[in-house]
Amino acid sequence: MRLVINRLTSIRSGRPVFSELALRVEQGEALTVMGPNGAGKSSLLRIIAGLLPPSSGTVSLEGVEADTPIAEEAHYLGHRDALKPALTPLETLNFWQAMLGRTLIAPMKALERVGLAHAAPFPSAYLSAGQRRRLALARLLVAHRPLWLLDEPTAALDAASEAMFSALVVEHLASGGLAVVATHAPLAFPSRTLTLGAKA
Amino acid sequence: MMAAFIALFRRDLALAARIGGGTGVGLVFFLMLVTLMPFAVGPDMALLARIGPAILWIAALLATLIGLDRLFQADDEDGSLDLLRMSPLPLPLIVLAKGLAHWISTGLPLALAAPFLGLLLALEPKALLAVTGTLLIGTPALTFIGAIGAALTAGMRRGGLILSVLVMPLMIPVLIFGISATSAALGGTIPFMTPFSILLALVLFALVSGTAAASLALQNAEG
Repeated sequence: MRLVINRLTSIRSGRPVFSELALRVEQGEALTVMGPNGAGKSSLLRIIAGLLPPSSGTVSLEGVEADTPIAEEAHYLGHRDALKPALTPLETLNFWQAMLGRTLIAPMKALERVGLAHAAPFPSAYLSAGQRRRLALARLLVAHRPLWLLDEPTAALDAASEAMFSALVVEHLASGGLAVVATHAPLAFPSRTLTLGAKA
Repeated sequence: MMAAFIALFRRDLALAARIGGGTGVGLVFFLMLVTLMPFAVGPDMALLARIGPAILWIAALLATLIGLDRLFQADDEDGSLDLLRMSPLPLPLIVLAKGLAHWISTGLPLALAAPFLGLLLALEPKALLAVTGTLLIGTPALTFIGAIGAALTAGMRRGGLILSVLVMPLMIPVLIFGISATSAALGGTIPFMTPFSILLALVLFALVSGTAAASLALQNAEG
């Protein structure tokens, strides 16, 4: 499996964010996307996820059934954690597991992995910013998706949680997954780096 | 796919039950509109009984608009909508699941409250039954027409008012045939089935076109 991006151009409100971008991410490989604010890191991830149409160019995932959109092969972790304060972490994961399909591990197991098992029965409203981020990460574990698109995944995480996050990604890559990670902080696992430059 | 549909439907019902808001405020708004009428029209029991079904329908229509702005906006704000769009469940079915859950938590309580509020308007038992029945059948149409506006204004901060202005004109046919079916049920020259079948047709049309239009609007929300 391989992610191929071909001559991708994104123009947002008349301003070119990046143009003629070409890259490949191989199976088991992580790509780190770096660059200053406004360089187009988030736009790139959203385009790969199919949430934002590119101005031109193509994104394709080779090695999957031809008619499945990339969106259904990818997990997207955006700036927002997509949590409902009124639902408990366990309910949240149960919901996403049913919604996304292709079960990987049980929601309770996923909560143990991210260290939130004790918080499972309480509404997510009581979680701290870092705990919310960990719950959002736990979502990646309950359904199988080969491609992980992570936008600033370590924001609000403490050192221990960052190590936990790195372990999750390394495990995902070892099982044949791909990851594209937009970040400011260097990551603790080996990855190729793409630097997007901010155009004035 | 069915499991995903049911999961989303149940999540929205659970959220509506826990956060409240839509259901309670809608019902209180409905009650206030109906209680205002006798003050405005005057204590003429015969007149109130005659225009009662129309008052209930208009009040229910306005009460449906309460909370409709949050139908997609809440998911848009916290990022859930992105993930829903990426899920294997097709977008029209996502809209359908959310719309049905929204109707059960807002439209259905209005229809069920209508007979009690009808007592305030001196409606006969037969009229209470007729207006409740037509509201039960007709309110899903209001919800799904409203869903179009909710999808169009999902990303707007003050979308509620624009939503109302957008969808109210589209709700007029439902109002016309809802009320005429009610009055036909209470006697008159028109057979009941004539306006009632048009009301049914409008409900089916709203279910299909509302779902399709709302999912198109959500699809192209970003560009």
